Amino acid sequence: MSSTTYLIKGVSVLGAEPTDLLVRDGLIAPESEARGAQVIDADGLVALPGLVDLHTHLREPGREDAETVESGSRAAALGGYTAVCAMANTSPVADTAGVVEQVWRLGREAGLVDVQPIGAVTVGLAGQHLAELGAMATSAAKVRIFSDDGHCVSDPRLMRRALEYVKAFDGVIAQHAEEPRLTEGAQMHEGEVSARLGLTGWPAVAEEAIIARDALLAEHVGARLHVCHVSTAGSVDVLRQAKAAGVRVTAEVTPHHLLLTDERATSYDPVFKVNPPLRTQNDVAALRQALAEGLIDIVATDHAPHAVEDKECEWGYARPGMLGLETALSIVLDVLGPDWPLIAERMSRTPARIAGLTDHGHLPAAGAPATFTLVDPAARWQVDPTASASRSRNTPYAGMTLPGRVVATFLRGEPTVLDGKATK
Amino acid sequence: MIKHLLSAADLDAQHATLVLDTAAELAAVSGREVKKLPTLRGRTVVNLFYEDSTRTRISFEAAAKRLSADVINFSAKGSSVSKGESLKDTALTLQAMGADAVVVRHPASGAPHRLASWVDGSVVNAGDGTHEHPTQALLDAYTMRSRLGRVAGLHVAIVGDVLHSRVARSNVLLLTTLGAKVTVVGPPTLIPVDVGPALSPDLRVSYDLDAVLPDVDVVMMLRVQRERMNDSFFPSTREYARRYGLDATRMRRLPEHAIVMHPGPMVRGMEITPEVADSARSTIVEQVANGVSVRMAVLYLLLGGK
Ligand SMILES: [Zn+2]
Repeated sequence: MSSTTYLIKGVSVLGAEPTDLLVRDGLIAPESEARGAQVIDADGLVALPGLVDLHTHLREPGREDAETVESGSRAAALGGYTAVCAMANTSPVADTAGVVEQVWRLGREAGLVDVQPIGAVTVGLAGQHLAELGAMATSAAKVRIFSDDGHCVSDPRLMRRALEYVKAFDGVIAQHAEEPRLTEGAQMHEGEVSARLGLTGWPAVAEEAIIARDALLAEHVGARLHVCHVSTAGSVDVLRQAKAAGVRVTAEVTPHHLLLTDERATSYDPVFKVNPPLRTQNDVAALRQALAEGLIDIVATDHAPHAVEDKECEWGYARPGMLGLETALSIVLDVLGPDWPLIAERMSRTPARIAGLTDHGHLPAAGAPATFTLVDPAARWQVDPTASASRSRNTPYAGMTLPGRVVATFLRGEPTVLDGKATK
Repeated sequence: MIKHLLSAADLDAQHATLVLDTAAELAAVSGREVKKLPTLRGRTVVNLFYEDSTRTRISFEAAAKRLSADVINFSAKGSSVSKGESLKDTALTLQAMGADAVVVRHPASGAPHRLASWVDGSVVNAGDGTHEHPTQALLDAYTMRSRLGRVAGLHVAIVGDVLHSRVARSNVLLLTTLGAKVTVVGPPTLIPVDVGPALSPDLRVSYDLDAVLPDVDVVMMLRVQRERMNDSFFPSTREYARRYGLDATRMRRLPEHAIVMHPGPMVRGMEITPEVADSARSTIVEQVANGVSVRMAVLYLLLGGK
């Protein structure tokens, strides 16, 4: 347990009147005075429950040149996160108890955030046979979210079985919604800009059709469905209908889909290539509103580090994906404004609930785990790719000035970030 | 003048007209048997070709040589390019060689844009993926002007696989800049979604070739690859030819003065029949000749002319 006691003075919890928080033995202590406590002046800072990312690519095992569990964990902590869910598309794929336990153990060793592995739905992400979902669920990693992310579980029968099967251990399938036959060779959103740039289009309907199908399947078998990185206005309409019908569906949106549009592709700089692709201003507006209303439940980063050679090339040859952990909170703050209770709901409480991470998503108040983040809402900072804690540099926000800076992050009473710097 | 020619949209009407006028002057000089001009002596032009396109490469090579430039051909085959060297590393090599201009043909849309961010010299797009081929559009406009006396006010139909055609994109952009009226014609599967707003607010789209032909001054037939039918863009080559191919019967629907163009290489019997390709209306042979003059003008203006 933590040996140091911290007194955080004058902090505003979710924007409320300033108060003092005493951090002792991993918890927020009931009293607010303690002899020998290390004092952190939190005047002007806002406390949030530690952020939880439901969609992170840590690349280990397999692409340690792009990211490791440790470097990704550090980037997460610096972004205000206390837990990340690590996607299964590693090499080898996280489709067995052995691999998910390896990732889980690496996360514990790094000790910067809780790394909760996501298991693959199908063996090798090949979309043919169910992976041993039960074995991953009962492993030390206690996997509850399963996803073939990067690929869609497109076979409707297999998807139905997966949704059904994980009910036995309260699992959830997180679907990368992309009808593969409609996106063969796709490079960017299909629309005006793709027509001009001569890049093969990724039509919105390829996402919307899968979400609609999966919502109906989830309803039919009474299972939970989570939709990854919703990117279109039409998907929001589908979700609205599904939720109105009582389907147990949750959905995430990424910071980049809340901020950037397909116009960015005009530079042909693959730092803006991502899957699903950046969409139109109309989609951005619909996603923002859906997030505010709760039709989209959470923000998830889809943090996707890539080595330089996979991005410093022709658009068509580049890998899709962008960094997100260190910029997510600033972008959400920019998009939603300083509505701290809403930010806490979308970036911590609800993702923790979906992932079943009971240690996370709690307001920093007496008796709760001391797992929280201190943000300076008045700070503005310029994104410098070379300053990232990630091993990769593929941020689409290079040079942009963003609001809000993470000053400190605490995980069960231990600071992982202090004065804006990682403690290890 | 602009530094790079990456897209036909880089040229406003004034610059585009300057290229065409310059090409005409250069053609006149060549016609007087002065084959070589000293304009680009001591300058290096690199032809960087990642796709086999002998005709385009030879056209650029002839253009550069007639301007006395040193020409280096850097083709994907038989060089480090085919061994997987990245475009960026190749760009740095060209940079070290002191290339004043890089003429690039590449199967990936946007590759010339990337290259332009890595080299100091001028980059000329000689065809990138399914994006653009601006010098082809310039030589097409040049050909129209020499046959019909003008470009502004002409009605041009561009027929065929617009979706995958870099020639179509560059032509729509350049011709509308120069004041022509453009209609793209083809099966809906081969017309890009939102093509109008993407390329020009005045662009017209038609799925009915017979209806369009009586009203046009120029009909430009695009190459249609037979393999497209395997992806269900159309049911069969026979049906395609019947609905969108230009044969002698259909050609008779054209006004007396109208011309037939094709950027080559042709798929005879698919989008065009031999009797049309070889008819007096056809400009296909002139297009090739005009290509050299237009490319000379582009290199001259980008590198020296100002
Ligand atoms: Zn995904």
